[in-house]
Amino acid sequence: MRPGMFLGTLLAGLAVLAAAISFLWTPYDVTQMAIADKLMPPGAGHWLGTDHFGRDILSMIMVGARVSIAVALVAVGIGMGLGVPLGLIAAARRGSWLEEAIMRGNDLIFAFPSLVIAILITAIFGPSAINAIIAIGIFNIPVFARVTRGGALPLWTLDYIRAAEVSGKGAALISVQHILPNIANLLMVQGTIQFSLGILAEAGLSYVGLGAQPPTPSWGRMLAEAQTMVTLAPHVAIIPGLCILLTVLGLNLLGDGLRDALDPRLKVMR
Amino acid sequence: MIEARRLSVSINGTAILQEVDLQLTPGSITGLVGESGSGKSMTSLAIMGLLPRGAKVSGQVTLDGRDLLATSEAEMCRIRGNRIGMIFQEPMTALNPLMNIGDQVAEVLRIHHRMDRAAALARAREKLDRVGLPEPRFPLTLFPHELSGGQRQRVAIALAIAERPDLLIADEPTTALDVTTQAQILDLLAGLVRDEGMALLLITHDLAVVAGIADRVAVMKAGRIVEEGPTEMLFRRQAHPYTRALFAASRHAPAGTGPAGEKDPLLQVQGAVREYRLPGNAGVLRAVDEVSLTIGRGESVGLVGESGCGKSTLTRAILGLDPLQSGNIRISGQEVSAGRSMPRELRARAQVVFQDPFGSFNPRWRVERLVAEPFHLTGYPPGWRNRVGAALEEVGLSPGDARKYIHEFSGGQRQRIAIARALIIRPDLIVLDEAVSALDVRVRAQVLDLLADLRRSHGLAYLFISHDLSVVRGVTDRVLVMQKGRIVEDGLAGQVIGAPNHPYTQSLIKAMPRIPEGWVAA
Amino acid sequence: MLRYSFRRILSLGLSLLIASAVIFSVVELVPGDPASFMLGTGAQPETIAALREQMGLDQPLPLRYASWLGALLQGDFGQSFTYKAPIAELLGDRLQVSLALAILALCLAVFIALPVGIYAAARRGRAGDAAVMGGTQLGIALPNFWFAMLLVLLFAVKLQWLPAGGFPGWSDPLAGLKALILPAVALALPQAAILARVLRSALIETQGQDYIRTARAKGLTTGQVLRRHALRNALIPVLTIMGMQFSFLLAGAIIIENVFYLPGLGRLIFQAINQRDLILVQSAVLVLVAAVITVTFIVDLAYALVDPRLRQR
Repeated sequence: MRPGMFLGTLLAGLAVLAAAISFLWTPYDVTQMAIADKLMPPGAGHWLGTDHFGRDILSMIMVGARVSIAVALVAVGIGMGLGVPLGLIAAARRGSWLEEAIMRGNDLIFAFPSLVIAILITAIFGPSAINAIIAIGIFNIPVFARVTRGGALPLWTLDYIRAAEVSGKGAALISVQHILPNIANLLMVQGTIQFSLGILAEAGLSYVGLGAQPPTPSWGRMLAEAQTMVTLAPHVAIIPGLCILLTVLGLNLLGDGLRDALDPRLKVMR
Repeated sequence: MIEARRLSVSINGTAILQEVDLQLTPGSITGLVGESGSGKSMTSLAIMGLLPRGAKVSGQVTLDGRDLLATSEAEMCRIRGNRIGMIFQEPMTALNPLMNIGDQVAEVLRIHHRMDRAAALARAREKLDRVGLPEPRFPLTLFPHELSGGQRQRVAIALAIAERPDLLIADEPTTALDVTTQAQILDLLAGLVRDEGMALLLITHDLAVVAGIADRVAVMKAGRIVEEGPTEMLFRRQAHPYTRALFAASRHAPAGTGPAGEKDPLLQVQGAVREYRLPGNAGVLRAVDEVSLTIGRGESVGLVGESGCGKSTLTRAILGLDPLQSGNIRISGQEVSAGRSMPRELRARAQVVFQDPFGSFNPRWRVERLVAEPFHLTGYPPGWRNRVGAALEEVGLSPGDARKYIHEFSGGQRQRIAIARALIIRPDLIVLDEAVSALDVRVRAQVLDLLADLRRSHGLAYLFISHDLSVVRGVTDRVLVMQKGRIVEDGLAGQVIGAPNHPYTQSLIKAMPRIPEGWVAA
Repeated sequence: MLRYSFRRILSLGLSLLIASAVIFSVVELVPGDPASFMLGTGAQPETIAALREQMGLDQPLPLRYASWLGALLQGDFGQSFTYKAPIAELLGDRLQVSLALAILALCLAVFIALPVGIYAAARRGRAGDAAVMGGTQLGIALPNFWFAMLLVLLFAVKLQWLPAGGFPGWSDPLAGLKALILPAVALALPQAAILARVLRSALIETQGQDYIRTARAKGLTTGQVLRRHALRNALIPVLTIMGMQFSFLLAGAIIIENVFYLPGLGRLIFQAINQRDLILVQSAVLVLVAAVITVTFIVDLAYALVDPRLRQR
């Protein structure tokens, strides 16, 4: 394994591990406030220090990882679940009105950044972590649709597709049997990229209050709360940001490593 | 005079070229012939100093006594395009799509001389005139996408000869072109050598091309030149066994072309019309125009035409992949229709082998599953795995190959697997869509033999589609010639090639490169 | 070119129309009656009736959409009931900050990414390339609002070179620009990292093309090939990414305003959400989406300038 991919696996694995352990155990209760212990720097009692309510930052980071990963993962699921079939259909019906409609629809969704979708949903239904999932998930749909179509179109010109047609197979069967396995690599790499983008986006949305709501800890909200303390106790702001940075970095390195290992010419979207 | 002496190249320890000697004299054409992977292109890149990174080169390439291999990159930049010009195989991608042709030709002039743009463009105009792209039809402001393949190759030639180089290297310059365009480009190259007195190194896989144009020929095999000499002498003598093998393969016709077709018609096409709407409002293109043809049971019929003549469209319609606008296609009297409405039993009557041995198979499937795919039409019979094994044996492979993936096979083996796939459900008709065009001559001869054997043993009918009359000649009973969507000639193979009736067929035959009969007799 | 532009303009108009219809109807999803939703539970019936009147809620949906659209076309976005001011004015004021920030960040990102991407492509596979690529990996992973906090900590609090936040307005352009420097840098750096990577891989891909080999055979040096042939061809994927980045930057600008207490669109929108001022939210979202669609349109036109094959379509 190349060093980049190793580091990526390590960092991403660490985040997943922290989230997993948090279900069983955290050093402190994340809802437990202890004003006396507020803004403690990292040390023996609290490895990563405490925030302005005296809550243990390590514990909050662990539970926050859960939120970040869950939101990003479900959003990738939504994007793939809807985007991949749309992309496959567009490629199978290339040149038809259906393809045109799907691609124009994609362009339209692209004009709605996750933030805008989150704003709309929150304005109507009120804030919640589900909003972030839906907003990021919707934004993922056209990404996967485009990448799938882009990967599938050149395959449709190949003769083994002709051979399958001569064997009496229809577009749906061909898409599943011939196209999908041959773009699986591409989807895996793109999935990793969208996963990391999802974590960034979730942090941004929580930061402005459109994501996870109190008392659920989330990395983005920790940053929002730390903002006023940043000059007093920089570690309160630095640690959650570093966690986002390292997790996203890890996923990106993992994605690049996967791409290099599978096929460096994969046409992913950034 | 340019000379390569004991030129050797290796990449990562693998020898690519071994002690190649070549002498390229002004005003003469040297043909460098060999199969793919023999090191022909690497020779030209070594002379140009454009070898890929990591290549180790030894020996000498001298230009006026100066060793190019020992020349600095900066100095080589002054030599490339100026003393040595080069053109490549693929005219469609050889030109910058974002730059107009005038600027692309003028660029060569301007990097080698101080020259203002207007003067350079004026010279570019002369050069484009010289290669047969005159005003007003071909203004300097045209972009590559507005030109055909042959015209683009002319632009590439114009910029390669713009500086009147001592040597022009042409690497498979006509391989991607139609036969009539090929003849024109070869004419142009010969004329340039005559008029400008440059040396031409013509790299090709096609013996017939060098026979018609080269003064000397070098035959290359596995990185070595195995035989070299004046063209006629080399052809008459064929001293090296490899030269003999190449030569025999290029003229190969399988023994006994099988029974003359029974008159019982298998495939009947009547008044077939297929039109495409052109992009924008450019109207419609009638790709197939009132085509009628018949293939009898067990008959082998060639369909010949240049690119864009409509033969692919017709093939798609016959295979039930595209609908016709009018007319009809019948197999054994049953009408073919496109898509799902075509009954599976009817589809199972006709199978196909495609040109590209690399794109014809899903790389993620085992050979077993690939060959068995047509069983989708008939249902997988019990013991279908044994049928796959038997089919692989029939095409000269072993049943054990069924467990392998397609990347483990060579191009020729892949075409055999494609034939096994077409054969497995025992069709009456196999459409061979340029099925041997991508193969080297010796492999091609073997595959043609296999096809002839299978036809005899299974009583198959073939529709053999090709752009190359010389291939069709040996393996078909009857030949159809297609031009602009119409069948313009239909006759017995020997007759069509020996005494063509239609002017278009005549021009095709005339353009077809061939080795003079007298050279063969000796 | 004319034909192509005409088709693009048509598609621009259509996209704007559909987007506005989507935004308008999404707001209709609000549970219960929009007017009572907006005013909350404690509102007087008369106030609710007045708002219903103002929103035209008695009329059927298509009719309301049509009159809303008609007013929009005349620049009338309606009245904000929380700010008691015309929405068009409110948005106009805030856009002066948000749009300026996004554009500034885009320029900065391009300015950084071009030399970095070209350098990395030219040094492909060597130490310089590896260092740059490692740096961009970090850049991509950087949450911009967190990076903004760090910048404030360093340049405003520690070094005191630049203001920590606030916006003095454009009456003194220099002061305005100064207030936007830190947010623009924070926004631009991650995008520059992406852009540099895309440019690098586009350049490397074009350098494998046949016409690059032709150019080398003409006698061009590798540097000349890069400048004269590869760069322009690599611009097409780069333009695509730049177009998409604008939408990220606009969203990023809205988030990052919070770090710098900038009176931009973001602050307006979040207050409007809290106040349940749906009309204001709706209008602000429309402006954002319209900006993104317009940038896509501009990118489409830029393609045609670069690529003659599109011009003739």
